[in-house]
Amino acid sequence: MVSTRSISVTPGSLTYSDLPWIIEHREDRCTLCGQCTSVCPKEAIHLSHMRQRVPKLDVFSKKRGSNYRNFTGIRQRTTMANSCIGCGMCSMVCPNDAIIAVPGTNENRTLFFENQKGEPNKRGGRRNVQGTTLLDRIMFNRISMLTDPALDAGRHEFSLTTTLGRVLSPEVFLDRKINGGWIPPTREIFPFVIGSMSFGALSPNMWLGLLQGVAYCNEVLGIPVVMCTGEGGCPPWVLRSPYLKYIILQIASGYFGWDEIIRAIPEMQCDPAAIEIKYGQGAKPGDGGLLMWYKVSKLIARLRGVPEGVDLPSPPVHQTLYSIEESVMKMIQTLSTAFNHKVPVYPKISASTSAKSVLNNLVRNPYAAGLMIDGIDGGTGAAYNVSLDATGHPVASCIRECYLDLAAQGMQNEIPIFAAGGIGKNGNVAQNGMALIMLGASGVHIGKYIMQATAGCLGNEKNRCNVCNVGICPKGITSQNPKLYRRLDPDLVAERVADTFMSIKTEVKKIMAPLGRSQSLPIGMADALGIADKDAAERLEIKYVC
Amino acid sequence: MCRLALKTSNETFSPYEVLTAMEAMKEGYDGSGLGLLLRGIEFEDFKYNPRFPILSGIAHTEKAWQHLSSYMEDRGYELKYDHRYHMGPNLIEAEDRFRYFLRAYRMPERFRDKGTEEREEEMMKTRLALRKIGEENNDLTIFSFWPDVVMIKEVGWPMQIGDALCLHDGQIKSRVCMAQGRQNTNYGINLYACHPFFIQGIATMTNGENTAFVPIKEWLLGKKFPGYIGYHSDSEVFAHILHYTLKQLKLPLEAYKHIITPLSTTELEKHPQGDFLKGLRDVCRRLIIDGPNAVIGTLPDETCLLVMDQKKLRPAIVGGHEGTWAIASEICGVDAMIPDRDPTLDFQPMREHTVIVPPDRKELTIWSQHDPFPLPQAA
Ligand code: SF4
Ligand code: SF4
Repeated sequence: MVSTRSISVTPGSLTYSDLPWIIEHREDRCTLCGQCTSVCPKEAIHLSHMRQRVPKLDVFSKKRGSNYRNFTGIRQRTTMANSCIGCGMCSMVCPNDAIIAVPGTNENRTLFFENQKGEPNKRGGRRNVQGTTLLDRIMFNRISMLTDPALDAGRHEFSLTTTLGRVLSPEVFLDRKINGGWIPPTREIFPFVIGSMSFGALSPNMWLGLLQGVAYCNEVLGIPVVMCTGEGGCPPWVLRSPYLKYIILQIASGYFGWDEIIRAIPEMQCDPAAIEIKYGQGAKPGDGGLLMWYKVSKLIARLRGVPEGVDLPSPPVHQTLYSIEESVMKMIQTLSTAFNHKVPVYPKISASTSAKSVLNNLVRNPYAAGLMIDGIDGGTGAAYNVSLDATGHPVASCIRECYLDLAAQGMQNEIPIFAAGGIGKNGNVAQNGMALIMLGASGVHIGKYIMQATAGCLGNEKNRCNVCNVGICPKGITSQNPKLYRRLDPDLVAERVADTFMSIKTEVKKIMAPLGRSQSLPIGMADALGIADKDAAERLEIKYVC
Repeated sequence: MCRLALKTSNETFSPYEVLTAMEAMKEGYDGSGLGLLLRGIEFEDFKYNPRFPILSGIAHTEKAWQHLSSYMEDRGYELKYDHRYHMGPNLIEAEDRFRYFLRAYRMPERFRDKGTEEREEEMMKTRLALRKIGEENNDLTIFSFWPDVVMIKEVGWPMQIGDALCLHDGQIKSRVCMAQGRQNTNYGINLYACHPFFIQGIATMTNGENTAFVPIKEWLLGKKFPGYIGYHSDSEVFAHILHYTLKQLKLPLEAYKHIITPLSTTELEKHPQGDFLKGLRDVCRRLIIDGPNAVIGTLPDETCLLVMDQKKLRPAIVGGHEGTWAIASEICGVDAMIPDRDPTLDFQPMREHTVIVPPDRKELTIWSQHDPFPLPQAA
């Protein structure tokens, strides 16, 4: 036996089978072009020199021996910093199909070493819980059969918009119309909203590609899509452009980007779609936003009014927040005043068992234009693992409870509830969104789905990729490094935005038509929902079907 | 599907005429029940004063009948007339029918000098209280309690029910008669589930199933108005929305169509009162119906109306001449009620129309949603 010291094994030593992703490389196909190693965001693979024994057998002289050959091939690194994330970029660029990353099927020992230098693991992306979600399992089963005709999704006219903004009760509306009172502003929007992803979390090409696509949806396709900025402001020229009307500006506890916004107010050509005040988010509830230093480029620093290359963690709460009654009310009112009471202002909170009390406060706040509830399956640009994985509340029961609470007060038309968190996680975006709408949401916000569908984000629930936090996004979606984000063509992103919303629109019609609905979005039409799960049916007050 | 028939005339007529129209349309419904509403009442054996509210319903047992009588007395109502149908009881399918009643009352003393609103509220509360009593033991069914309104609902083939209650012999006549020929079979069988639906003088009956029923019902229930209850049928909400429009919001009749089937944003942008109507659509968004429905309604002043859902997926037609008009699901229904009209003048409303037969019954008003909307003062 060899002495221990002669082998270089440390406590943190790993081998290929310990890694979550294993690189399979075929020397017989590799031409050593070097494309894979140069594209790899993790420097997980490298050229290495190896020696091969070539057996030599001289039959006539009956002598055996060996020849040796030196060759160069691709090998995987086993250090934590360089462990493969399975993004697949190497195979995407390999001209010879010589390389592929496959999921390691053994236990994943890297899990125990993610806390390098005493810092728990942070990542971007998602919660990494695989399989069908509760939303995926909801069926639309009040089918119009004989007693009323099902509609033709292709030929009937459909009204697919929802209202964003505080709606008065009919009595108060008429009273104010007659006596000249304030009618709160509302917007008629497509119920699938591009959820808050900041300029900063997203690369400039991604963000502008989305905006371009949104403008196309509105101006050419007639689908009134809006997008939310996230906490990070908005490029100054966009603030002064007519595209601002498609944008929901988010203000969060770091107030990043708001210097620019306030400065731009007098020069704005139109009002923004709405203002979202972020008090919490689904992916890391109770925690503030986080933009890690890797991504604080010159441009981002300028937009946010901060020095370059520093971590930008937003505080978990707004500094002025002492009580919901006072501060939330004041903040909503102040922002409403800043935009002359012509822009809906609504808060975004993490789904939580306390959501109902927030809602009941908003009901009494005449300036609150809605409530956005973000569930545990929401995505993020950066968060601690533990926040992503284990903290939070699923969105469905939270929305349902809040809706039923409003309905009991007869207020369900007055405060629209928007839902987010895991919608379209397995690709069923229209189905998931419509299920939430029938449970009571007025609309849904989608983020990860948009990144995947419009820019080809590689992340998945098996923790593929998910390095959005460190600025090495191999697709250029969440990187601030021009070398990376130039990979992403904004025009192509815009095209995909148009594709995506056209197809969501068709699917929404395909869901509504058999239910006999076309004239208004079936908000709260829970009699059309069923699930083959007794407990879920009971909790959501929908039908148990089997 | 069910079939609907309405006749309105300056001269009183027998409800049997409308049942004949139902019979003409018999291929279109299963005949599982009959609902009748009469206005402008004339009794053969009593000179009825149209100020007296009439209580219509069924006492299923003698005990319930007595309970009803004493309850009304205790509440201060003075019985003026107690109508007895000439009955052919063996024609009635149901067993527990002690007495079909129509009883005209004088309002209690304390309401003599009260305003209309208070009197109307009292009548509704009385009806609801009796309904509640009836629901405790399932032995009393109350359809309406309102001046000049009579209602009958029963399970069975409409004509047979008409024969059972001897509606052909001129005991009761009226200037307006609405009839529907089907129990609500979409949900459970229940006498209350039969159209027409009635609340504070306003009545509607509907053809078709209301696919947006649950969200509309939840919204109306949230209003906590005492009369917005029941919902044994998905069509009951049409009566309540009409009531809400006219009585709670105090909007003109034209607003009803704007609430249940608002114009699209593009259409409203061209509308002279588009801004107001867009606002109205937003605040009443939960009351948008999705059809397929034809809604026929009548109001206390004997105005009759007909509207369609936006997609016009249920038929209805109106025809007649000065003094007499009929609305039915099918032309043969109108033919049966007014054979001597000019059928080329019959009208089938389009999705934007509200057909109104005004109380003078001179001519039809065909009102379009694209027409200027009479705004409430100063709006
Ligand atoms: S899959 Fe991605 S991280 Fe892994 S080696 Fe290939 S390029 Fe590098
Ligand atoms: S492709 Fe980019 S955005 Fe998607 S998971 Fe990877 S790093 Fe994040």
